[in-house]
Amino acid sequence: MTAVMGRPQREIFGETVAALCATDPRIYVVDGDVGSSTRADIVEKAHPDRYLQMGIAEQNMLGVAAGMATMGLIPFISTFVSFAVVRPLDQVRVLIAQTGANVKITPSYGGLFTGQTGMSHIIVDDYAIMRAMPGMVTVSPCDDTEAAEALRWAAAYEGPCYIRLGRDATPRIFGEDHAFAFGRAEVVRDGGDVTLISTGAQTARTLEAAELLAADGIEAHVLHVATLKPLDVAAIVAAAERTGRVITVEEGTVIGGLGGAVAEALGEHRPTWVNRIGLRDVFVQSGPNDALLDIYGLSGTRVAEQVRAILSAA
Amino acid sequence: MSQAAANPAAAPVDLDHLREMARRIRVELVRAVYHARAGHLGGPLSAADLLSALYFHELRIRPQEPAWPDRDRFVLSKGHSSIGLYAAMALRGYFPVEELLTFDGANSRLQGHPDMSRLPGLDMSTGSLGMGISAAMGMALGARLTGLDARAFVVLGDGECQEGEVWEAANAAPHYRLDNLVAIIDHNRLQQYGWPGEGPDGRIPPQVPGEMAAKWAAFGWRVIEVDGHDMAAIMEVLARVRAGDGRPVAIIAHTVKGKGVSYMEGRYYWHTRAIKPEEYAIAMHDLGEPEPAAEGAAR
Repeated sequence: MTAVMGRPQREIFGETVAALCATDPRIYVVDGDVGSSTRADIVEKAHPDRYLQMGIAEQNMLGVAAGMATMGLIPFISTFVSFAVVRPLDQVRVLIAQTGANVKITPSYGGLFTGQTGMSHIIVDDYAIMRAMPGMVTVSPCDDTEAAEALRWAAAYEGPCYIRLGRDATPRIFGEDHAFAFGRAEVVRDGGDVTLISTGAQTARTLEAAELLAADGIEAHVLHVATLKPLDVAAIVAAAERTGRVITVEEGTVIGGLGGAVAEALGEHRPTWVNRIGLRDVFVQSGPNDALLDIYGLSGTRVAEQVRAILSAA
Repeated sequence: MSQAAANPAAAPVDLDHLREMARRIRVELVRAVYHARAGHLGGPLSAADLLSALYFHELRIRPQEPAWPDRDRFVLSKGHSSIGLYAAMALRGYFPVEELLTFDGANSRLQGHPDMSRLPGLDMSTGSLGMGISAAMGMALGARLTGLDARAFVVLGDGECQEGEVWEAANAAPHYRLDNLVAIIDHNRLQQYGWPGEGPDGRIPPQVPGEMAAKWAAFGWRVIEVDGHDMAAIMEVLARVRAGDGRPVAIIAHTVKGKGVSYMEGRYYWHTRAIKPEEYAIAMHDLGEPEPAAEGAAR
């Protein structure tokens, strides 16, 4: 498979929210002084009256967004994932999740690609935290196409949602004819030997691993789970039944994230042997993207290696 | 501001009525906490006059239409004083006064801390301290952005001002020139486990360095101090800030924790505590509403 690179999800964020502003007067972007990074600056340029700068004060920013939502507005949050999820976690919990506020928590710099910032900025447990929070929808688009679709979906959805976006360009998986279906997982590759379940930008590298495995005669079935909550249990069960052997792959901690979600679902609905590939109780250091993928076992090559090892040990 | 003409707050102030409603708020909240055998007392008692002033005069609200879009918003940032707010709302007609006796109970709309998803008329859920002012700022900002002539009022505890988020909001609100945002600080100077300052229980770090008023002023707020139990003074201040000057408003209300109940006044350990029958009888007597001894004895 020759990967066609998509555009960075953060640019898609700026462009999509700007486009939404043009058609919906309720939409605002609320930024914590990182608009030039998250590309909220695109919104500011197109619709200066829809851009609200809150300074470096994320707790207040999330609280202000909650208050705005009660006034019928739809705030999109612009900051880094770590400063939208954990820095103001209690504000998200009490003012947004517990009230059902129509706030769109749409930070970028999710996963390992943060421009070599290091462990303060690289959050490994956002999937686990946000999907565990009652009432919080959790979505992790795989590419630029799906990011745009998910953002448009979020604008129409009534209630709080978390959408993890990325900083850097990653391979494009879906064409323009793709239709994001909230709460539905998608088979992105068919195979009968092992089921790989993946989410977010990692799905592209999981597909790359599947091609490497195919060269060895191992045909992987790949399920992309863009919506971590609500989880598409039926699709996960079906994907598990396709091969009887499940391996999850995620750009985040395997504790409570996608791996946890899949293990929970299969444990209850269709007990299946599950292995989890991802970060294993570690924080992530700074470094170039490719180096990090290699170190933490998330490049296509490294995923393929781990899948082979798991299958040969079984 | 242009809202003055259409505002019920422009109606004549009936101080006797407001004082009586403050007394009734205190009676009902003490009764509810007594029946619940749990709940906060000191904080709601210190805020009762402020709540009466807001709910029975200043707030532009429609109890029969709690989601009226043009209403003024109210956020009780010191959410642990919920029973004081519930009492004010019940007396104002949002729900039957008898429902106050369900306070803190399972499946009650009157949760220990305000839950807007359960009780119509609550504009925000609170309880984790320091957050209400941010939400109120969002409401004031939202009113501006949508062209609503509504104000957002928030009552904060003074101890709550130890939370950093309060100062994030204090720093941001003047930038947006939100003179439709009114923060009232219930400055009773006592906290759950003592107080900041000197003395045997002065074990807590300061609420703010120096005087409360000076700190809000330093952040660019329009600051007015008032005796939080002097109804005439409270109403004068509320009337004065109706016309905005571009700055958000901070009213520093000097209050007495436990106000109105003799043995609770100024005693921090009545922050939250169950009331014994004999204590209940004294409280009701202090509040001018003696109840038959039988009710106390039946407990």
